[in-house]
Amino acid sequence: MRELDVELLWWEGCPSTDRALAAVREALTDLGLDGVEVRMREIKDDGDAAATGFVGSPTILIDGVDLIPAAPEEQIGLSCRVYRRRDGRVSPIPDPDDLREALREAAERAEVKR
Amino acid sequence: MSISIGAQAPDFQLPDTDGGMWSASDSGAPATVVVFTCNHCPYALAWQDRLADAARDYADRGVRFLAINANDAERYPRDSFDAMKARVDREDWPMPYLHDATQEVAHAYGAKVTPDVFVLDSERRLRYRGAPDSDYDDPGQRAEWLREALDAVLGGSEPSRAETKPVGCSIKWKA
Repeated sequence: MRELDVELLWWEGCPSTDRALAAVREALTDLGLDGVEVRMREIKDDGDAAATGFVGSPTILIDGVDLIPAAPEEQIGLSCRVYRRRDGRVSPIPDPDDLREALREAAERAEVKR
Repeated sequence: MSISIGAQAPDFQLPDTDGGMWSASDSGAPATVVVFTCNHCPYALAWQDRLADAARDYADRGVRFLAINANDAERYPRDSFDAMKARVDREDWPMPYLHDATQEVAHAYGAKVTPDVFVLDSERRLRYRGAPDSDYDDPGQRAEWLREALDAVLGGSEPSRAETKPVGCSIKWKA
């Protein structure tokens, strides 16, 4: 058993970072994983974006893998990421249910300690 | 640079996606709504339907809506003029979608994010500047701050809330 590695990549040009972080923490708490640390990593320039394959802020990585896989048309660069809610609405952060489901699956794969 | 409430907004001449040219002046409209927006920002996309609904709802009162995309299309190809045309062809736009290729208009207005809403009266004086409403995530808000401002301008009074903080993606300035 091990800790889940959760990392939130963010860029200052998008105002959604705080809301995204709150959503991740809430999902972790719902899953009984509230002890898991969410590491914050700022993407400062195009070089950072290219080096990390950053397709927009916020991007949430679990064990280094994008929690919500990016669509093929997403371009690497400094921008705000477009997510879709389950009801089809556009949102700057993932749907809370998608977030919870992806975290649950990642935790099960990793047999994470709670 | 930014325009103060009550100050006259700069005029401009910008092309739309259908080959027309649009100006902020000489329209005879009792109010003009200038919205800086774009194709790729989730905030602009989330508020788009509410802004479009407001444009339709106020059309019969003569209010004119002008959407402007000023993002640097070289670094953000999804905001190119061709991408703007494709989007208008694909969607139902009740307002012209203008291209500010030089970014001069966005600079002159002091636009900061997408969406950034400016309500001008018949003399092109700024009466409201800010977000369409308080929450991009709540369609039920129906661009209420914008509607309140328009109702006030059309009724000959000052909007009770003349300025709010625009929320969205930073405008992508050219280097």
